[in-house]
Amino acid sequence: MNKTVNPNELKPADDVGPLYAARKKVYPQSVSGTFRRIKWGLMAFCLGVYYFLPFVRWNRGLGAPSQAVLIDLPNSRFYFFFIELWPQEVYYFTGLLIVAAVALFLMNSVGGRIWCGYLCPQTVWTDLFYAVERLIEGDRRERMKKDASSDPMKLERISEIVLKHSIWLLIAWWTGGAWVLYFNDAPTLVKELVTFQAPMIAYIWIGILTATTYLLAGFMREQVCTYMCPWPRIQAALTDEWALNVTYRYDRGEKRTSVKKAAELRALGQQVGDCVDCYQCVAVCPTGIDIRNGPQMECIQCGLCIDACDNVMTKIGRPKRLIGYDNDINIHRRQEGKAPIYRIVRARTIVYSAIIAAVGGIMSYTLATRSLLDVNVLHDRNPVAVKLSDGSIRNAYTVRLLNKSGYDRVIAIDASGPVNSTVHVVGVDSVTPDRPMIVIPRDATSELRLLVTAPADNNPEKSIPVHFHVTDIGLGVVASATDNFVSP
Amino acid sequence: MTDHSSDIDSVSGKSTTGHEWDGIKELNTPLPRWWVITFYLTILWSIGYWIVYPAWPLIQSNTTGLFGYSSRADVAVELANLEKIRGDKMAALGTASLADIQKDPALLALARAKGKTVFGDNCAPCHGTGATGSKGYPNLNDDEWLWGGSLDQIMHTIQFGVRSGHAKTHEGQMLAFGKDGVLKSDEIVTVANYVRSLAGLPTRNGYDAAKGQKIFAENCAACHGDAGKGNQEMGAPDLTDKIWLYGSDEASLIETIAQGRAGVMPAWEGRLDPATIKAMAVYVHSLGGGK
Repeated sequence: MNKTVNPNELKPADDVGPLYAARKKVYPQSVSGTFRRIKWGLMAFCLGVYYFLPFVRWNRGLGAPSQAVLIDLPNSRFYFFFIELWPQEVYYFTGLLIVAAVALFLMNSVGGRIWCGYLCPQTVWTDLFYAVERLIEGDRRERMKKDASSDPMKLERISEIVLKHSIWLLIAWWTGGAWVLYFNDAPTLVKELVTFQAPMIAYIWIGILTATTYLLAGFMREQVCTYMCPWPRIQAALTDEWALNVTYRYDRGEKRTSVKKAAELRALGQQVGDCVDCYQCVAVCPTGIDIRNGPQMECIQCGLCIDACDNVMTKIGRPKRLIGYDNDINIHRRQEGKAPIYRIVRARTIVYSAIIAAVGGIMSYTLATRSLLDVNVLHDRNPVAVKLSDGSIRNAYTVRLLNKSGYDRVIAIDASGPVNSTVHVVGVDSVTPDRPMIVIPRDATSELRLLVTAPADNNPEKSIPVHFHVTDIGLGVVASATDNFVSP
Repeated sequence: MTDHSSDIDSVSGKSTTGHEWDGIKELNTPLPRWWVITFYLTILWSIGYWIVYPAWPLIQSNTTGLFGYSSRADVAVELANLEKIRGDKMAALGTASLADIQKDPALLALARAKGKTVFGDNCAPCHGTGATGSKGYPNLNDDEWLWGGSLDQIMHTIQFGVRSGHAKTHEGQMLAFGKDGVLKSDEIVTVANYVRSLAGLPTRNGYDAAKGQKIFAENCAACHGDAGKGNQEMGAPDLTDKIWLYGSDEASLIETIAQGRAGVMPAWEGRLDPATIKAMAVYVHSLGGGK
């Protein structure tokens, strides 16, 4: 395509035409083999986790939710097995997203679009929907024939279509149903759902996700990957020449010749390729492309063409993996008669792994060592300071205590600020006047109004720091905060 | 208008409008029929609105619509719902005693939140949003109280006000000793300096302390007490401390003694419901100065 074109020589028909290409419906053929088995396994695992995780129980004691994974929006809590996160700890999700993003980069630099081909929900559900379609309407050829037929529909065909869409809708409905279970106690919600007692919002979300699953996996399918998803575009910038991708090894495959012809030509001592041009790789492709045309944006690298080709090669007694995970470097090396080399460990993968390890490590460390007792102090703004009748100065603070543990705590508050200052908490008659002691309830925040008074003869010149220490009397855990004591 | 129907675009096979810019012709693509029909339907739909909802202004009022809808009625319904939602909690606030509210962290938090809002709406114009007051309007954060700083006393002041005209209001005022001719100018200066000395403030050179004490005992001690410690029954402030509602400098004191003082606070009973007044009393008490 490097031919230089003189614009004046273009005929109108060359540069105009429809900007819209109608979709060519894809009829992937069933296939068996290593990668198909891997895909079945991953599908069972991913869907199993998604559908059944909400039903896993986790004992957190009386009064706390017993669901292992729960996003409790009304109470602003996120539960994940032994972890309970509060809204202000949302940065753990940021860390998780960083790890997830870099893990995608790593997958990409090792084995291409592993995410797209095996793990992406779009792929998994589309694969499941194709399986249903195949089960009811038959394999590729039958489906093509049925769709192309212009005969009036018979009852059998109509019932096939109705059955297929019913099963699709059932799967889609279950998908939406599982989603809402992550936001409420699953067994309770299931009971409410079937007795029509559940909140309207649950039904609305189930409806939305039923619709999206049905449309995305039943109709839009590979178009989502080709036109809607930004990830195929992004990863073009993340890959390099060493990354392994699903590749047609043209060094071995070309020229394509039928088995019979190849035998004749080889007998004559001529060079022919292993590809018999059977189009099995095209027939099984869920995005409807020909892998032999080289790397293509539409290719989600699911590996099904590898299985298809391997089956053919086995049948005709040629070595497997005419299509396989490989890269251009090795094709050229083989053409030059050198042995292929695979470089999984290289600067790119080391850096990605290091980032994952670092972020994961920091997150795990902070999560493991985070305090379940916290204190925030906010100085009154209006007024910043109050002069009392005997000339002493008082500052007021709003103290917010966070008890993230599953038990009530008795805490004592110490404030070290101006010399000989006294501390008082509004509404608390503590037996130890200078060191107010308070019970703070479990899994809750308590807001207190705290007054620090400095005597008249010790009025500080200007603002000086005040350190607040909150000590759990029983466990000795201390949380601290610092603010200022201000004179008018 | 020229008929361009004969001007057919070679690529799309559609007629053009005949407009041409640098060789680019505009296709004559009419609005889709479904769009035009929808447009006319929306016009028809809007006529329905005229009938169902208030729409046309009349000379005195406006058309009310078929079902008498009004957004004000909606607000009333929403406010009633809000009352219902808050019902239990506010009822608890209404029945609990002031002391109980202060002991119960949940009620205290509720009363403080409610009190703060109501304070902002009703009290802040005089006392300031931070309840810091200003000249003539007491600072409610400090520990000096004209009419007492216990929960009950604060509640009483809020309920009935000060010199508000309510039957149970706080009465008593600072007389205008100068204006009414009770004290002469030089006596006022003398007693003003004596009052400053009570609070430990410096006095004018050559002022007669004994005379000042005598004037004070004869005129002021009845309300402010012999030692000037004040009397909350009469709203007479303590003159020995560091807090001065109208200023502690000589000129301010002379003005106070000569002209008298009688600040007014309205009575809130009847304007605010009892639970709200209670919440406000707790809020003011919790600012820090409460006794």
